[in-house]
Amino acid sequence: MVKKWELIESKNRFYCDGRCLSGHDIGVFILAIVLISITSGLFFAFDCPYLTIRLSPAIPVFAAILFLCVICFIFRTACSDPGILPRGTSDEILYLERSNVTNSPHGVALPGRTIEVQMHTGHVLQLKFCSTCKVFRPPRVSHCSLCDACIANFDHHCPWVGNCVGLRNYRYFYSFLFSLSILCLYILSFNITNLVLRSQDKPSFIDAIRDTPATIVEAIICFFSIWSIGGLCGYHTYLICRSITTNEDIKHTWNSSRHGVTVKNPFSKGNGCVNCFSTLCGPLPPSFLNLRATVKADDHINRVKNEPMSTTNIEPIIQYQPEDNRRQNNNRMHSTTIHPYSDQKQNRRTPRDYI
Amino acid sequence: MDDTTHLTNDQSIKLFIQRDYSEGTGVKFQERFPSELQGRIDRDEFIGILRGINDIFADAEALSYKAFMENCCACLTGYLLLLCMSTHYEKCVKRAAEYIAEKNFNDLNRRGIFIIDPMEKGLRCDIAKKMIRKLLHEVGEESLPISK
Repeated sequence: MVKKWELIESKNRFYCDGRCLSGHDIGVFILAIVLISITSGLFFAFDCPYLTIRLSPAIPVFAAILFLCVICFIFRTACSDPGILPRGTSDEILYLERSNVTNSPHGVALPGRTIEVQMHTGHVLQLKFCSTCKVFRPPRVSHCSLCDACIANFDHHCPWVGNCVGLRNYRYFYSFLFSLSILCLYILSFNITNLVLRSQDKPSFIDAIRDTPATIVEAIICFFSIWSIGGLCGYHTYLICRSITTNEDIKHTWNSSRHGVTVKNPFSKGNGCVNCFSTLCGPLPPSFLNLRATVKADDHINRVKNEPMSTTNIEPIIQYQPEDNRRQNNNRMHSTTIHPYSDQKQNRRTPRDYI
Repeated sequence: MDDTTHLTNDQSIKLFIQRDYSEGTGVKFQERFPSELQGRIDRDEFIGILRGINDIFADAEALSYKAFMENCCACLTGYLLLLCMSTHYEKCVKRAAEYIAEKNFNDLNRRGIFIIDPMEKGLRCDIAKKMIRKLLHEVGEESLPISK
């Protein structure tokens, strides 16, 4: 039984039998985890014992909570499906080629055609055809070349989380940035407090540093990180209030004036607070991929599996042969053919897994 | 009229009902009646079924206080709560699947039409299959010459 995640054509990696995924390169992600863990570890080892006694035991408790939040959020961002769109099946492509859903003449091949969508706000959006994913890209969808997939509400591909940031993991990414900014500030401020208190007890400042050399290391890491992480967090707060993605901001999709009229963002709800609420706390669809489902004959997934032809293995071969061979197989193997509607029994539904 | 029919391997004609993006990126299917279904089902009835599906997804995507509370609580637990409970959206998706199954069983199958749950195809489109032959028993399917 082959699950769908084993035949996905994007460059993502899958773990835990399709329950988690990541982008192709996770080296920088591992570096980020190590850096956060080392800095926090040094804080707990060198600063916390002294500060607990001198000030309050609540200090390491809050630091631990913040650290756990950061780890939860970064893993949630890195391992969630950002909103990968499944690729177009051959049936769909054929239907699109022959039907009149596009606004371009029929003689033009699909990659050259566009669909125009008249929005209720009066904007006209052009949907282009993605040659890799074989779909007309819905609004706000962009193709990520690193992940080799079209992502819904594509924001950017973040190497620090080793994954794209899109519709389904944007709030986790923002929570990660926010909590990491607070953690950096927290560690930096208590590093300074630690050094100040120790220098009051010791004869000189140099002696205080000699007692806790790690504090300086943490302070330097946090000081340089806070500018980039805090800055990024502020930038994303601005983007959320305006309800635009990084991709749209870089391309000035809603800033440019066309024909003398400034194009307003049709996806903004007008109010910054409502935009924030909608982006961070709004409803979230489940994964579009249904990665842990078993591949059925209906799915038209064109991958040939090299399995020996025997009666026990007929089902997989029927499922995985290219379409022109499949018909032949169906006609030959009468008694073991899966009837197209027999596995779609209405009363028995296999539970979906949502990631 | 353009020949939009293509006999697939399972002897049915697939019609793809595309998403309607005129109101944004929310899930909504175009409420149009495919001409290939003319004669099989009443136009208003079919559009009524599509409207029912759209209403369920509109409920899923609505910005309600329930969604807000659910997501705030989830955030406070580091989103670990989402591993334990299913969200309102997921419940609506299940409800849509049950609605489609019920419509298939009661109204559509006897007319030779079968609607596939759009979640199976990643919410990109809805598929109505027009069965050109009656449902057969599982064992002993005849082989038909398939014409293009």
